[in-house]
Amino acid sequence: MAGKKNPWGGAGKGEGDGDTPETGESDPGKSGGPRNPWLPGGGSDNGKRRSASIEDIFKNRGPEGPRRSGGGPRGPSFRLPERPGGKSWVPVIAVGVVLLWAGLTSVHFVQPREQGVVTWFGGQYSRTLNSGTNFTLPWPIQQVTVELVSQIRSETVPSGNTEKLILTGDQNLVDLSYLIRWNISDLALYQYQLEDPQDTLLEVGEAAMRAAVAKQELDTVLTGAGRAEIEQEVRDRMQARLDAYRSGIAVQGIEINKTDPPSRVEEAFKDVSSAQQDADAAMNRSRAIAEQLLARAQGDAAEFNNIYEQYRLAPEVTRRRLYYETMESVLSRTDKTIIEADGVTPYLPLNEMQRRRNQPQAATPAQPEGQ
Amino acid sequence: MENIWQTYRIAIIAVGVAIVGLLSFLYVVPETHQAVVIRTGNPERTVNRFRPDVPYGQTGAGISWRIPFFERVQMIDRRVLDLDMERTQVLSNDQQRLQVDAYARYRIIDPVRMVQRAGTEEQLETALLPILTSVLRQELGRRPFASLINAERGTAMTNITSALDRQARQYGAQVLDVRIKAADLPEGRPLDAAFTRMETDREEEAATIRAAGQRDAQIIRAEAQAEAARIYAEAYGKDPEFYDFYRAMQSYRQTFLQGEGESSMVLSEDSEYFRQFRGQR
Repeated sequence: MAGKKNPWGGAGKGEGDGDTPETGESDPGKSGGPRNPWLPGGGSDNGKRRSASIEDIFKNRGPEGPRRSGGGPRGPSFRLPERPGGKSWVPVIAVGVVLLWAGLTSVHFVQPREQGVVTWFGGQYSRTLNSGTNFTLPWPIQQVTVELVSQIRSETVPSGNTEKLILTGDQNLVDLSYLIRWNISDLALYQYQLEDPQDTLLEVGEAAMRAAVAKQELDTVLTGAGRAEIEQEVRDRMQARLDAYRSGIAVQGIEINKTDPPSRVEEAFKDVSSAQQDADAAMNRSRAIAEQLLARAQGDAAEFNNIYEQYRLAPEVTRRRLYYETMESVLSRTDKTIIEADGVTPYLPLNEMQRRRNQPQAATPAQPEGQ
Repeated sequence: MENIWQTYRIAIIAVGVAIVGLLSFLYVVPETHQAVVIRTGNPERTVNRFRPDVPYGQTGAGISWRIPFFERVQMIDRRVLDLDMERTQVLSNDQQRLQVDAYARYRIIDPVRMVQRAGTEEQLETALLPILTSVLRQELGRRPFASLINAERGTAMTNITSALDRQARQYGAQVLDVRIKAADLPEGRPLDAAFTRMETDREEEAATIRAAGQRDAQIIRAEAQAEAARIYAEAYGKDPEFYDFYRAMQSYRQTFLQGEGESSMVLSEDSEYFRQFRGQR
């Protein structure tokens, strides 16, 4: 058994002989096998005892070799159980592989929102698959390309935060960005009509948008008054173009995201709105002043009217009363100098007055009688 | 297996060679392409050539055959192709410059002529681009600047399309459409001038709004003053003489009580106030 396990089965026979020279027996005739495989000279005279030749190896590996009959529990490779009738497994495996391949490539589960295009050998168009389970001939006879169809896709223009300046009808510039929402309306056309449908869509959109904006004035675009009109016009124009190209694309909608004045002149635009605020503020202030004026006038008029009512009832008395009350309150708070006789040159104690003025306490209690 | 191989080795190799040989006769034309079969340098026939109104599946795409070595197959796009022009400066007839970006959509309708006159799609594109540019320049240069901004209006695009189409037909291509993608003011002075104009435009608007605000404010005050005057006149007009007296009294109080103790008075003894002071006359 040991000999059979040795892959170099042919050389195994000389094992015992090979050991002897090492133990001291130096009979060259008995031990023909080479002690050193790198020294071929020694035992080459005896063909039976040389190391395994290429022919030996092939012989042993052949159907009659040790591997064939001696697999055993520790055999180096897995072996299929014998097929009844002793036939080969090869055709069975081949048929299985073919069936598996056919099954995998001829059944297609097309998801909702998707459609597939079937072609013969990757060339001639056969039909369009709708969503669900579909059967075709196996690859490479028929090929299927699946694409999302009803799902609405969107393209933002411009794609980053860059400024996109468009000329308006009054030769002003507006910074505008928009969104195109679209889907595939006819998959075969979409696949075969245009070289680059997506690029076409963007270019058509660009041309349509500029044409629509060029019809409007800057203010209409900026305030959004013309926005709905532009969106509708761009959509219609794009669809007309894309239909003319038979692109298989349906434009679902255009949304204008922003319409801003160009950043270089933004300050001037902001100043316009602050001017409006300024104007409103000025008017508000004036209104406040006006209200005050009117209230004052009404108050004064009411006061006068009330007094006048009393005055009409007793003119002379009221008049006197008012006179004395006024003089009283006026004179009680002022410094007084009374000149009694005619023709006397009065001495005006101006210095004293000045002094008293600096002493407010002393100035007040003065009475006409006391002086 | 070995037995089969041993027995039929020659046959198997022969079949393999035959299959490879047969395959070299065949080629697949996709729906997106048309094929020109060139036999020793001469276009011999076309496959899947574009014809309008033939539905897909019946156009001739799919497996086709040729004689190997003798016949070479050149695939040519049959889809609508894009000719994207570089941005070009166009001078309008009022001497204004405009940066124009345009595209053309075309289709190769005569692949044989296209192969003979242009060679490949790339070469066709390099041939068509300068034509498009010059046609655009010519046609747009006849128009004033204002109409260039909106070139979609009018006949400009139709003229350009037909002019380009005439030239493209020589190469076996048909031009479907030419569109101006963008018409912009060139960078530098024209753009600066436009920005300055926009700025001054807004400055004017802002100044107008502010002035209007001032004017309205003034009007509001004036109206209030008029109304106040009317109210005063209505009240005081009832007795001007009493008003004179009443207002004088108010005025005295106002004048002398303003700063307390700061006023001095020199009074004549025979003033009205001292009438009683002197005793009854």
